[in-house]
Amino acid sequence: MRRVFAKDWWIWTVLPVMLIALYFDFVGSPNDAQLGASARILYFHIGSASVAGIAFTVTAIASIGYLIQRTVVWDIWAAASAEIGTVFTTMILVSGTIWGRVAWGAWWTWDPRLTATLILWIIFAGYLLLREWSDNFERRATYSAIIALIAYVDVPIDYMTIRWWRSIHPVIFTNQGINMPVSMQIPMFLSMGAMTLVFIVWMAVRMRLMRAELGVGDLKNAIRAHIEGQ
Amino acid sequence: MPTNPVSDNGALNDIVVRALHLEKKIGDKVVLRDVSLEVGAFGSLAILGPNGAGKTTLLRILSGIWGPTRGELWRFGKKVDREGRSDPRIGYLGHQSFLYPSLSALDNLIFYARLWGLEHPSQRAEEVLKQVGLTWSQTDPVRTYSRGMLQRAAIARVLMPRPLLLLLDEPYTGLDMAAQEFLDQTLRSFQASGGALILITHNVQEALRVSQGVTILVRGRLVWWSDTKGWAADRLALEYQHWLQGGARHP
Amino acid sequence: MWVTMMAFVIMIVFMFAFAVDAGQVRLSLVFPGILWMAFLFAGMIGISRTYAHEVPEDTLTGLILAPGDRMAIFLAKLTTAFLFMMGMELIATPIFFALFNEPWNGAWGSLLLVLALGALGIVELGTLLSAISANLKSGEMIFTMLMFPFEIPVLITTVEGTHAILSQPAGNPWLWLHGLMAYDAIFLALPLLLYDYLWEV
Repeated sequence: MRRVFAKDWWIWTVLPVMLIALYFDFVGSPNDAQLGASARILYFHIGSASVAGIAFTVTAIASIGYLIQRTVVWDIWAAASAEIGTVFTTMILVSGTIWGRVAWGAWWTWDPRLTATLILWIIFAGYLLLREWSDNFERRATYSAIIALIAYVDVPIDYMTIRWWRSIHPVIFTNQGINMPVSMQIPMFLSMGAMTLVFIVWMAVRMRLMRAELGVGDLKNAIRAHIEGQ
Repeated sequence: MPTNPVSDNGALNDIVVRALHLEKKIGDKVVLRDVSLEVGAFGSLAILGPNGAGKTTLLRILSGIWGPTRGELWRFGKKVDREGRSDPRIGYLGHQSFLYPSLSALDNLIFYARLWGLEHPSQRAEEVLKQVGLTWSQTDPVRTYSRGMLQRAAIARVLMPRPLLLLLDEPYTGLDMAAQEFLDQTLRSFQASGGALILITHNVQEALRVSQGVTILVRGRLVWWSDTKGWAADRLALEYQHWLQGGARHP
Repeated sequence: MWVTMMAFVIMIVFMFAFAVDAGQVRLSLVFPGILWMAFLFAGMIGISRTYAHEVPEDTLTGLILAPGDRMAIFLAKLTTAFLFMMGMELIATPIFFALFNEPWNGAWGSLLLVLALGALGIVELGTLLSAISANLKSGEMIFTMLMFPFEIPVLITTVEGTHAILSQPAGNPWLWLHGLMAYDAIFLALPLLLYDYLWEV
């Protein structure tokens, strides 16, 4: 245990960044003019959304990598990133519904962006189930790579929904600049940064665990082959 | 140490299939490594190997279902491209019959004949079904067939396009004596008419009965090869046993 | 496949007729939704079996061994599924109209178009997912789990499009139909690009 932490000392850099981000999220930024303190959930909402976008993009790239090269490392990247992306999508949906209740008085509306995000979440839940239920490694990796690439179509669409259609989501990032006061930009970007760091650390840990699982599986197969060979 | 098991009787040695240093990786696992072999017309090669040695993978590559990761594959004097390509001159008899259970044997064969673009599909299908002795039940759905009948129907499917090379994946498994006898005869007459064949098995007797050359595949490698001439079944069995236990002796 | 789909869609017509109380609900408002839910369910039941009968005797390998491009196998499966789907829709739609007393305003062309585009949208990914699920242990479950979310855009666009076509006076379905066309184009291209990778496992 101690050796693992010593080897990955950089993991600890996430702590101060998180603390600073939390300070600015809750203390070092002003209340929203209309919504008051409740608007602070936005920092988590946007942070999760950007990480989920990054995570699924990593999954898509790794899936292409797997289909071309067929090496285990791509599959591990894709799977770990999809798992974490799904968790962050859950966080988007949860923080979004809570905020929606406070700001608009409804937990859920069938707004284009909400719909697209929900579809994304269900598809990647299906992706994880597909992985869970397949026993053959090659099949699992190939099929899930194909599913991930089809599912990824939804990610740019989700990003563009509020630009193509009228939505309850304001467009913050525009061609003309960022549509938000600077005092709120600081905590927003800090949140994004901290959550991206969490993503990176989580990826490192999860991928190591997956490699270990595969290694154990290989060892078991080798032992089984040895016993049956006798 | 010879570089590859060669199996042809020398008289008419057109090389039908030649593999050079084939390697197949599935995921990070190397299923086949550095497999080279050569079979000519009238030639026959038996590949002995335990389960998981990569025998079926090798046949799938030779038949063109899969492409090799590395190495060259020549068939009928032509190099096969990386993706793998099927060829109607190759008959592949797998573990399963490749016949739709709900269709009759005749319908199945007519379907395959059309797929292969043969002339007079129904006529040719009836011809081969007669050859394997299934005319009496050719209109029954395949799912009602016994294992022996199913294998006969599968052989009919394989012989239908008049192949020059047969790839057989443990064809004797589950056959009764009569069906074994029939398969022996079929293979003998196929060879006598100039066909080449590669047979996968883990039964030493089958290997000696059918083929002129024999090779052992262990963990994706061809580790041993010889002519079958002069080998008695028990001695070959001992040799095979020896390699199964991870022996490192070379002949 | 054909029999299952037809039987299933007829059963759904009856079930919906009982589930939706014609005295309480303005049927014309829910009619497009019921229609397309029935088509989606029946389509999924039929298409999920597309590759299933290739499994028992590994006939798919038999097909691969035939000379020619492997893409033809996928396109043939897709075409067959599409024709079955279209046939089912063409027979079931008049029954739906009759049982739900839906007034008909004579927009033959656009209704046929939305039926065809919707059928295409359902069979494209359906065929690919069927190829995947046929080789998995809990294949049927995975097929259903993945089909539903992927088909949500088809459901939205077809229902809204049908609604616009059938409403009196007729609305403009083209915004929805263009969306559906884009979906059909993307999810025809993607399986064609990815299908080759299915073989090597």
